[in-house]
Amino acid sequence: MTALTQPSPPSGAGSAPVLTARPRRGEAVIKAALVTAAGASVLVTAGILFAVLEPAIEFFRRVPAGEFFTADTDSSYAVFPLIMGTGMTTVIALMVAVPIGLGAAMYLSEYASKRARKWLKPTVELLAGVPSVVYGFFAVFFVIPVVLQDWLGLEISAYNPLGGGLVLGVMIIPTVASLSEDALSAVPLALRQGSLAMGANRMQTTLRVVFPAALSGIAAAVVLGVSRAVGETMIVLMACGSIKNTSLDPGEGHETMTGTIARTALGESPVESTEYKYLFAVALLLFVITFVMNMISIAIVRRFRQAY
Amino acid sequence: MSTEPATATTSSEEPMGLKLSIDEEAAHSTIGEVPAESVMETFHLNVFYNDFHAVHDVNLTFGRNEITALIGPSGCGKSTVLRCLNRMNDLVPGARVEGEINYHGQNIYGSKVDPIAVRQHIGMVFQKPNPFPKSIYDNIAYGPRVIGMKVDNMDDLVEEALRGAALWDEVKDKLKQSAYGLSGGQQQRLCIARTIATKPDVILMDEPCSALDPIATAKIEDLMLEMRKDFTIIIVTHNMQQAARVSDRTAFFTAKPDETTGNRTGLLVEFDRTKQLFSNPADERTEAYISGRFG
Amino acid sequence: MSTAAAATASAVTTSTLATGKSQDRNLTSLVFLGALWFSLFFGVVVLFALIVDTAISGADRFDKELFTQYTQSFDPERAEALAATGRDPKDLSAAYTGFKSGIVGSVILMITTALMAIPLGVAAAVYLEEFSSKTSRFSRIVEVNLQNLAAVPAVIYGMLAASLMAAVGAERGIAIGGAVALSLLILPVVIITTREALRSVPDEIRQGSLALGATVWQTTWRQTLPSAVPGIATGTILGLSRAIGEAAPLVMIGFGAINFAPELPYITSKIEAFPLEIYDAAQSSREIVRQAASAGIIVLLAMILGMNALAIIIRNKFQRSW
Repeated sequence: MTALTQPSPPSGAGSAPVLTARPRRGEAVIKAALVTAAGASVLVTAGILFAVLEPAIEFFRRVPAGEFFTADTDSSYAVFPLIMGTGMTTVIALMVAVPIGLGAAMYLSEYASKRARKWLKPTVELLAGVPSVVYGFFAVFFVIPVVLQDWLGLEISAYNPLGGGLVLGVMIIPTVASLSEDALSAVPLALRQGSLAMGANRMQTTLRVVFPAALSGIAAAVVLGVSRAVGETMIVLMACGSIKNTSLDPGEGHETMTGTIARTALGESPVESTEYKYLFAVALLLFVITFVMNMISIAIVRRFRQAY
Repeated sequence: MSTEPATATTSSEEPMGLKLSIDEEAAHSTIGEVPAESVMETFHLNVFYNDFHAVHDVNLTFGRNEITALIGPSGCGKSTVLRCLNRMNDLVPGARVEGEINYHGQNIYGSKVDPIAVRQHIGMVFQKPNPFPKSIYDNIAYGPRVIGMKVDNMDDLVEEALRGAALWDEVKDKLKQSAYGLSGGQQQRLCIARTIATKPDVILMDEPCSALDPIATAKIEDLMLEMRKDFTIIIVTHNMQQAARVSDRTAFFTAKPDETTGNRTGLLVEFDRTKQLFSNPADERTEAYISGRFG
Repeated sequence: MSTAAAATASAVTTSTLATGKSQDRNLTSLVFLGALWFSLFFGVVVLFALIVDTAISGADRFDKELFTQYTQSFDPERAEALAATGRDPKDLSAAYTGFKSGIVGSVILMITTALMAIPLGVAAAVYLEEFSSKTSRFSRIVEVNLQNLAAVPAVIYGMLAASLMAAVGAERGIAIGGAVALSLLILPVVIITTREALRSVPDEIRQGSLALGATVWQTTWRQTLPSAVPGIATGTILGLSRAIGEAAPLVMIGFGAINFAPELPYITSKIEAFPLEIYDAAQSSREIVRQAASAGIIVLLAMILGMNALAIIIRNKFQRSW
């Protein structure tokens, strides 16, 4: 009778299931630890900004900005010759990495069987695993003296962006190939079927339907390749030369941005010297360039996702 | 032309539940009146996906300028048969075809035949509209370009194809716009226009209306009746009313589960004029299906 | 059965169907396919050339001294023996250039890096995949931030670690500083691959566990993480193999030119790193030292390619298709 107004548990109040939230302290501690770990990556970015900004600001306090942003190679703090060297190396690297990376991506995505892809893709990616010191060594002792000077008979100096850029290009093939392959594979199968059902062959389908449909994803891959090339250090340090140079001849030695940074750090300049602070001003510029490149890449990928 | 399909035995007296082997059951298929003037025939068509027997011994004749509907419960192999007709099944890993499919007297699975050449004569429209991410104009021009058609004036060809698909009036002012801006029904008619543009002989349609609303469906059905004048159409549909409305002939398929593995193998039950098949089916399995008792 | 009309139609089609030629095999298609093959194997050919060329120039130095000697170290007994073979005396000391300090240093670095980067990276990934809501502001910021960090040049990680070390007043060039730089460098890789591995574990497994009354953490710890271990291992090994080959960030930390064994506790000892030692040897004007660099490169490549192969095998062997 009371059951109507006061429902009682079936077998005594003592065994009633407890459904109220019970504090789980262990769980809360773990969750806090995990949040901290995730937040650490944001701290790292903030740390990078601070670590680079502070000495860079100190540099600009000592040296007028005009002496930094100049192409005048006599100015010991000129940055444009470095940008020139980095730009030239990057362009040469892309001339290798984009066609080859894209070709590899097309084969993996459109021609290779599932089983073949499982082994071929890691093989291509192996190139990214080779240390840059090794690539640098290869550029200085094989590509420049043997391939470029002996075999091709080019009249170039012993250290130059041509040799460095070619080898750097090999290094970033996997970056371009891997992301391009993702973009090509993301093109819906229905589009390929539609093309094949009209009597197009595989090449036509790949080049005229799949490639244009994946173009933005491929663009993102190229942009990321650029940012890899711009930030690579050991190859350009070893192979591109150490002369501040604004000439457009890739066969002459050119100092690069990362080359300057590493060379200054390897040198004997005291930490408080202006030379040493200069390194941070260059690094700040480098960070900004790669950051902007990467944001462009992310933005392109976002837009491309919405397309389907 | 061989009359072999027509010699198949007539309807069985046995009830459906009886345990028959697949060969016995296939032998019970009923072939009614076959078209006088055929474009394609299948002879003892068997399809396998690796070890799985997907379609068993299908014999069909597709009439010139007719619409042939393939119907049946899901898993009965009707789409598989359709995809064999222009060798799109080649693209499925592990797919194997036995028997013959003759197109104007030539086996399209012959060793010297290029599947790409086959598809240039036998086009296909898919279940979901799949326009390319290009402009409307380029969607139509794509086919003629890739197959190397001699085109005097591409603009005229595009207009002709779009008119042929009853889409011209709706899109003539936005030919350079992306095909993705069209509605689902328009996209599907664009895909039909795209297929027409290459001037194929046969058009295969794989449930072309299943992703569309009733109004868009009605438009496509009208279009098909119009297109019959110029093309031979073979359509797979899960919609019996659609088959009854548009087709001249209907083939009814069913699926027979394997005793041990449970895999379902498709086989042809009855093939006849649509009117005959729907009004007076010879096989009780057909009757059960069309009256809604099964499937 | 065929009428005149059908006969003409078939005549047209017959001429084009059974040509015996595939349009996938016409000249342009074959050239295109050839170009794709070239692209696919270009890198492998370059790598092969690199290994062969380096192995040939380092051939004389695949000896035990490569692993047991410090750079520039001199063993008079061995020098005498070598002098007897008619070598130039001024090459004698260099003849024993070895990479012991670099190899030992890199192993210490790798272990320390793994101990820091793996727990931190896995924890961050677990939070992002299993705990946070995908749309929360925090996880979106972390997400974009991770993508950015993955593209930050390695030298800059070195600069960050250098200023961290300077901030706590640590000496330049000690192991922990290098390990911090390398950990920061591979952290994004570890997080991204761990997230992918967690994501590939089907939701049914989580729901099954949650439905039994397990908490989110219990579910993650006992069900999701164990299923994701092969994926995490693959990503981590690839990250570590990248770390072991890096030289640029270590330059910024002030590594280099250490010709003695590290002392306990290793993490505060000044150490040398293998790739940096190879860089130094490569800069040498003496042919015989550069030979040692070549031999060192082959050893370094063997370590790295070995780790890569291990990662691929783990991935291909344990990859489950759910």
